[in-house]
Parts: sequence; structure tokens; C-alpha cells
Amino acid sequence: MKLKQILQEIEKVDEDVYSLSGSRRRVLRELGVFTKKAAFAALPFSLATKATNTQAQSINTAAIEAVLQFALTIKQLEAEFYTLAISSAGLVPAGAAFDAITTIRDHENLHVAFLATAIEDLGKVPVAKPVFDFEGGKGISAGVFPDVFTNFDTFLVVAQMLEDTGVRAFKGQITELVGAGSIITGFLGMHSVEGRHASHVRRMRMLRGASIKPWITGKVSGIGAAAQLSYDGEELAIQGGISIAEINGLSISIEAASESFDEPLTKEQTLTIIDPFLV
Amino acid sequence: MTKLEKTGELQFQGKNDLSTAGLRRRVFLYYAGVGLASVSLAAAGCKKESQIEGVSLGSGDVGILNYVYALEQLEAAFYIRVTESYYAGATDAEKALLNDIRDHEIAHREFFKNALGGVAIPPLDFDFSGIDFSNRNAVLESAIAFEDLGVSAYNGIGGIFEEEKYLTLTGKIVSVEARHAALIRNLISDGSFASTDLIDANGLEKARLPAEVLDIATAYITTIINAEDLPTA
Repeated sequence: MKLKQILQEIEKVDEDVYSLSGSRRRVLRELGVFTKKAAFAALPFSLATKATNTQAQSINTAAIEAVLQFALTIKQLEAEFYTLAISSAGLVPAGAAFDAITTIRDHENLHVAFLATAIEDLGKVPVAKPVFDFEGGKGISAGVFPDVFTNFDTFLVVAQMLEDTGVRAFKGQITELVGAGSIITGFLGMHSVEGRHASHVRRMRMLRGASIKPWITGKVSGIGAAAQLSYDGEELAIQGGISIAEINGLSISIEAASESFDEPLTKEQTLTIIDPFLV
Repeated sequence: MTKLEKTGELQFQGKNDLSTAGLRRRVFLYYAGVGLASVSLAAAGCKKESQIEGVSLGSGDVGILNYVYALEQLEAAFYIRVTESYYAGATDAEKALLNDIRDHEIAHREFFKNALGGVAIPPLDFDFSGIDFSNRNAVLESAIAFEDLGVSAYNGIGGIFEEEKYLTLTGKIVSVEARHAALIRNLISDGSFASTDLIDANGLEKARLPAEVLDIATAYITTIINAEDLPTA
């Protein structure tokens, strides 16, 4: 096949794809499973390349940018939270706890920078950092966590809530990035680091007497009503239509069934959860 | 989940206009630089006879799901062995955590088995004879290796899955594996939950493609695995 023909064929299919209106996903469905990935791979899209097919790029860039901006806001929240904690004299005990919180803070700062760079690579401007109120009162009233930076246990409670929420929020965005090349792998790389943070913060609480595990059992927050929205839905024990408890006659409890899968949150659910922290 | 069996080649052959579809596929694949094996398979529009013996994982999303099913089989088998007779000095708290992890891995294993149904690979055989199960350090170090490997494997398939719903499901599992990995690391050395060998300069955890993962995992899997039809990009 001559090169010219190949290019014409690509142009033709591109036209087919992008003359369709509607959501990216519907367009992709109409194309069928296999061509989906190829169509995206054929786009000159990656972190390193600039847009050439304007219409195609505008569809994809908008969807991907929305995910990255949302993720950036979550990471700005976490980064500032740990930064303030580290600089609050007497809050985080010296030694293992201080080292761990410093490690987590550093990761969150790196994630903020990574996302900002990814957004800039799309030719867009990263969202400005919001003003936060970690007491959870939106900056206008007494929040539910008034001693977040003076009481280490309260700090850990909010940390657990933010990490578990972060895991679920990122998880909810993964499929939006299908076809986005290296971005999806980077996004998954942040998601699993968030899972490690959540596990560690939970362990820090366990060592201080909290009755929780490194994983989420049912929809138990181990915190109380103030954090319940972060855990609602985690009790799911049926995955892809398959019931996990006692699966295939094995002694898998309903608790283990829920623990073995973390559940996603939508953007809207996440924003509702973090709203008390936004001024 | 019965639709699973229709992914990959089946759905692929269901196209009406075979010549145009074939042309488009070939063009796209050429352009995308997809692995040679899948190109020839796609262009020929027919099943290739494997030259390699062993259990074939299959191609497309089915192949990827069988690949993670194999890894979950490995992890489940390991923790079943660990919890059958604990290492010396295991505390009740440690036993409870490791029992939990065993059950999670069994749940993952059985989930994939049922999801794959008729296209699932058979149960694999394992060889853990190199691990001293009576020694705490040996057990926990092996557990870390398996968990970190599992996380990197799940992180590595995000870019090669075709169907979003499978990515949603593996996304639900990978963060639980990350929770396990962090916990076991902490049991050996408190604070090592996300140490620098795992995380790059951007704060991102490692992702491994199937070939690299299987290279490591097959040291413990005695069944010969044929992964030649797995997507590579």
C-alpha cells in the first residue's frame, strides 16, 4: 500500500470519528472495541506531542484536561494539608510518624507538580489553588475538626479520610483516560501511591488504638458520622455481576468481600465530600 | 460477564465490511506501532497456531484478564501456604492481617475465574520451595515482592486494555494490593510503605508490562505460560 493511500485512509476514518457529535465514549462505542484504541493511538496525542488535528484534539483535550484539573485540586488539598501539619509545632511526633508524614507530603507535592505539568503540556492553565479550611467549616463556621492541627489523633482522622477519598476519587476517573497514552499510566501510578498512603495512615491510627484495618471493611469509617460520605458505597460485595462473599463455596466473608475491592467515587460525590474544606 | 468471551477476536470478526475493516485495522496498527504478533494476527483475520507449548493466556482483553488471573492465583497460593503453618513468632495481630490478605487474594482469584468462565486458564502449579516459610523475614520479604509486583502489573495494564469496564474492575483491585504492599512493608520496617525504590521522581509508582512481570513471576510458576498473544502496546 502506498503511503498516500494510507494517509487518505486515516483521514477518512478520522473524519468518520470526529464528525460525529456527542460524547467521546459514544463515538468510540460506535466504532467498536478494537478500532477504539487504534483510533486514539493514531492521534498525535501524548504528553510530549502538540495538537495537530484540531477537532479531534479539542474533544480529547477537554475530557482529559477536566480529569487532570480535578485531580490537581485534590492533590493541592492534600499537599497543603500535610505541609501545614509538618509546620505545626508539636503536632506530629518526632521519629517514625514525622518521617512518614514528611514522605507523604513530598509525594503529594510531586503529584501537584506532575499534574500541573501535564495540564500545561495540553496547552492549558492549571487551576489556582483554592483556599482551604481543614477544620471543615468552609472558613465561615466552626468545623467538625477544630483541633486538626493541634491534636495528632484528629489530624490522622482527617488524613485517613482524605487518603481514602483520594483513592476512590482517582479510581473514578481512570476510565476517562482510556486512550490518553502515558497519562493513564501516570495516573495509575498516583492512584496506587495514594493506596499506600491510606494503608499507612490507617496503620498509624491502629497503633494508637483505633479499631480499623489497613483496608476498608464494609462502609465503616472508624471515624464517625463526619466522615461517612467517604465510605458509603464501599460495602459493595458484588463485582461485575459476580457475588464475592462465599464465592464458589469458599469461606470468603462478607467483610473480606468488601475489603478486597475499593470502590470509585464520581467527581460530584468527591466534591461534596471535600466541600467543607473549601472556603 | 458472559460478554467477556466475545471480546477480542470474536467481536472483531463480527464486522460486516471485512475488507474495509481489515484495511482500517491494518492502517491503524501500522500507524500505532502495535506489536508485530498482533498485527499479523489482525491482518490475517484468523487465529494463529501457537508455536509455543504451555497454557495460552489468549489475546486482547481476555489475555490480559487471564494474565492477572495467573498473578492472583500465585498470590493466593502463597498466602494459603503462609497461613497453613505460620512462621515462628507470628503475633495474633499479624496472623489476622495475613489471614485477611489471603482471603482477599482468594476473592480476586475466584472473581477472575468466574468472570472469564469458559476462556479462563486452568489452575496453575507453583513452586515455593525456595522460601523458608518458618522464617518471618523470608515470608514477609516474599510477600512484599509479590505485592509490589502485583501493583506494578495492574498499573501496567491501564494502557493496553480495550474495554473500560475491565479497567474499572482492575482499578478496584490494584489499590487493595497497594494497601497490602504498604502494610507488609511496614511489618518489616515501619515507614517503608512507599520507599524510593518503588516511586519515581514524579512521585509515581512503578508500572510493568506483562513480559517483565511474567519474567519475574514465572520463577514461582511451574506451569509453562504462553503469553505470546498478549497486547504489548
